[in-house]
Amino acid sequence: MHAVHTHNLSLFLGESQALADISCCVREGEFVAILGPNGAGKSTFLKVLLGVLEPSSGNVLVFEKKPREVDPAWIGYVPQAKTLDRNFPALATELVVTGLHRTWRRRISAADRTAALSALEMVGASHLADRPLSALSGGELQRIYLARSLARKPRLILLDEPATGIDTVGETDFYRLLARYRNEQNATILMITHNQEVASAHADRVMVLNRRLLGFGTPQETMCDECLQSAYGPAHHPLHLTDLRAGSHA
Amino acid sequence: MLEALTLPFMQRALIAGLMVAFLASYYGVFVVQRGLGFLGNGLAHAAFGGVALGLLLGREPLMIAVPFTVAVSIAIIWVRHRTTLASDTVIGVFFAVSMAAGIIFLSLKKEYSADAFSYLFGSILAITDTDLKVSAGVVLLALLAQPLWGRWAYATFDRELAISDRVPVVLDEYLLGVLLSVTVVVAVKVVGIVLISAFLVIPAAAARLVVRRFATMTWLSILFGMSSAAFGLWGSYQLDLPSGATIVILQALIFLACLGILTLTRAIAAGRGKA
Repeated sequence: MHAVHTHNLSLFLGESQALADISCCVREGEFVAILGPNGAGKSTFLKVLLGVLEPSSGNVLVFEKKPREVDPAWIGYVPQAKTLDRNFPALATELVVTGLHRTWRRRISAADRTAALSALEMVGASHLADRPLSALSGGELQRIYLARSLARKPRLILLDEPATGIDTVGETDFYRLLARYRNEQNATILMITHNQEVASAHADRVMVLNRRLLGFGTPQETMCDECLQSAYGPAHHPLHLTDLRAGSHA
Repeated sequence: MLEALTLPFMQRALIAGLMVAFLASYYGVFVVQRGLGFLGNGLAHAAFGGVALGLLLGREPLMIAVPFTVAVSIAIIWVRHRTTLASDTVIGVFFAVSMAAGIIFLSLKKEYSADAFSYLFGSILAITDTDLKVSAGVVLLALLAQPLWGRWAYATFDRELAISDRVPVVLDEYLLGVLLSVTVVVAVKVVGIVLISAFLVIPAAAARLVVRRFATMTWLSILFGMSSAAFGLWGSYQLDLPSGATIVILQALIFLACLGILTLTRAIAAGRGKA
């Protein structure tokens, strides 16, 4: 089964075209990294899959259904850290519980708290359980969002620059956790990243996007000079896979 | 206070004040947390347009003000959804247009209307049994809509996340807008158009200063709103001051007290950090 299938997907936001003729298939259980410059439509693409934005034309299927017809419990979403609201009066546990009930709860039951703590434990954030959101850093808050997503045991995880604000040690743990979850649940992961090293090290396939789909294949196929320069412009100096593996880049 | 409560008009004033305070401070938590503090002002001025139209037509002003304010509220939300304009800008447009319409309606009425001023500044002591019944109906609506608190809170926290979880966010925004409009119209007679936004904003803002959870903020906002209405009314009776304004001053004192608690808590936490 395809986890994601788009055919000629186009989307206009106001008068500007955010996505143009995107056709792709992501198999269930795949880890796909999405690369592209700022403003390339990467977050918009995830929002279409979530059902938050409707395509202007073309078809989108998630688990062979239209995004708004998919059981929301099947999808775990971690937004970009910079878009997260820390001004809302809430404790981390309460946010995790929204992953279970898809609404805000007045009271957290003992069973919900246990489930939330278990999800927080998974992402190494159980110590943050009773902290207000206002006291969390961007990276910590993204971890809480990840715990919220994992708490519902999703079949598809959509991650928007999830490693922003996480230190190097934390990042290693983070990708280890994702790999473990993916293996255990046969989950599909679509992750936006600006880090080509991460994309080549963890993804089965890489999608290069700049409003249009400029490349979609294995890291070796897509992270070539031609493909990356078509996305980032001629001034871009792509990192070569051989460099990445040898660790010779800065 | 007990002595004052033997007077029928004071009984009606207290019941009306408590109901309006409950409604405004309950919906106020969504208004404050969504950054829509200006909405209360906008809807109050829309209510003024409706009241003026009612006076011009020789009908019960509040009966005209309800559909007028609901229509303005729906128009504000509709324009917000279809443009990239900021909420305050859209509210500002409708605020001014409603006020201008109200002024024109009043100018078209040939005879002088002292009533218009009672709606501007409120007349809690002139509350009728009909006003009480209408307020009770709006409180009942709020209680019936109370199961939606979780959905509204979720969308208040993160609109996109709520949409992705199939919460009917757009429908809820219209529903909340309509309920807010009706609350504002009911509150017009109690507090007056000029001071309504204080009832929506101050208790919720004061609660926000001292809580860590949205559920606690909701309860505390209602407590602040209703207690300031009761004690403000008593204070206005004792000191012979306008009731709406006295209640708002009391709300402001509660806000200042919460600000003091917040400052003190932070200073203590900083002191512990240094030690």
